[in-house]
Amino acid sequence: MIPVQFDYLAPESVEDALAALAEAGDDAKIMAGGQSLLPVLRLRLNSPEKVIDLSRIPGLRGISEEGDTIVIGAMTTHSDVVESELVGQHALLLQKTVAEVADPQIRHRGTLGGALVHADPAGDIGAAALALDAEFVIVGPGGATRTVPASEFFVDLFETAVQEGELLTQVRIPKHTGWGARYEKFVRVAHQWAIVAVAATVKMEGGTITEARIGLTNMGSIPLRATSVEAALLGQPATEEAVKAASATAADGTNPPSDLNGDSDYRKHLAGVLTRRAVLAAAGS
Amino acid sequence: MLVVNDAPTTLDLEPRVSLLDALREHLHLTGTKKGCNQGACGACTVLVDGRRVLACLTLAMQVEGREVTTIEGVGPHPLQAAFVRRDGLQCGYCTPGQICSAIGMVAEHRHGAASVVTDDVTTTPDLTPEEIRERMSGNLCRCGAYNGIVEAIVDTAPAMAEMAPALTPVPA
Repeated sequence: MIPVQFDYLAPESVEDALAALAEAGDDAKIMAGGQSLLPVLRLRLNSPEKVIDLSRIPGLRGISEEGDTIVIGAMTTHSDVVESELVGQHALLLQKTVAEVADPQIRHRGTLGGALVHADPAGDIGAAALALDAEFVIVGPGGATRTVPASEFFVDLFETAVQEGELLTQVRIPKHTGWGARYEKFVRVAHQWAIVAVAATVKMEGGTITEARIGLTNMGSIPLRATSVEAALLGQPATEEAVKAASATAADGTNPPSDLNGDSDYRKHLAGVLTRRAVLAAAGS
Repeated sequence: MLVVNDAPTTLDLEPRVSLLDALREHLHLTGTKKGCNQGACGACTVLVDGRRVLACLTLAMQVEGREVTTIEGVGPHPLQAAFVRRDGLQCGYCTPGQICSAIGMVAEHRHGAASVVTDDVTTTPDLTPEEIRERMSGNLCRCGAYNGIVEAIVDTAPAMAEMAPALTPVPA
């Protein structure tokens, strides 16, 4: 199908984008990379009067470091993240996760900020952002800026802390230098949405796990942390037996969906298996 | 204004027109194919500033001032000859997307892009058949000519690497 007619706006500053958004209100959709928005418009699941494209705003795309933090502009493409040495060195989990998003063509246009604000529960990046304790810089009317931790960013299905009239401008990630990482994604074909996936990053000292962060994809309406597994892994050796025991509670407290790809119980089983695999791989990398 | 296959081109379109429809319906460049029209099949793959993108998930408005290369702009190309030699197609519908994708893929590889096949994403591995399969995973072939496609790319990868343009690095 062909989308409903809309006006296309391409502001060249955050101020202009906010002004356009304030004027249009409910009738506007923000377009980052457009890789989720265009199918939505084409299926006529949404028919905004205005589409505000952020790609012409300089300064929203790029990766830099500020002390102990990696700063990624919201309009940075997935392929920028995958190709970044800074991200590889200080946020390996994010790099490995983003490398699993869709396919190379989509990674060239899709953006980190767009995917996070879209907040599809089967989207990959939320689990890594949560595991890495990312912070989200949100700008609102009049340029008011606030910073939201990952634990408060994801609200519900396709809903984040970004309110009407606001824009996500930056994702800030505390450096996890030297941490091993793995994104273990269970899919039927290479570029599909995750049935379940586990983002694990661990810090090792002499064969012992001294810190662990585990994020779960598609185990509920928002990305989740497997905090009981994180606690159980502390001080454990990275052996098959120890990691398997610690991973047993990965699905505790989750409420994953049932669909054609698998029912809820199957996803709970997968969460444990994928957590074990992800942690073992992260400990060895 | 945009540049299509080295030719400066001016189009006057509704904002809702995709790059794919602009190419096919307005510029009559029908080599780029419409498969799923929702970003799943890769048949509409074209190069924008040397990078692979899906023309169906790009608005024509978004490539204002950019350089677009379609299958009409790449041929005759050694990879096309290799597809014929290696039986890299049956019906041929996915082929223009496969060719554009492979050209972009080799340029990305030369630029140093890693893939998930390699556990260490900080290094760039050789283009083995396994690497090629992962890096071409966005292009489906419902005739199942994958073995021939991979062989054709293996044959031509060194020549394509020499022809590949330098890609723009990540902005800081």
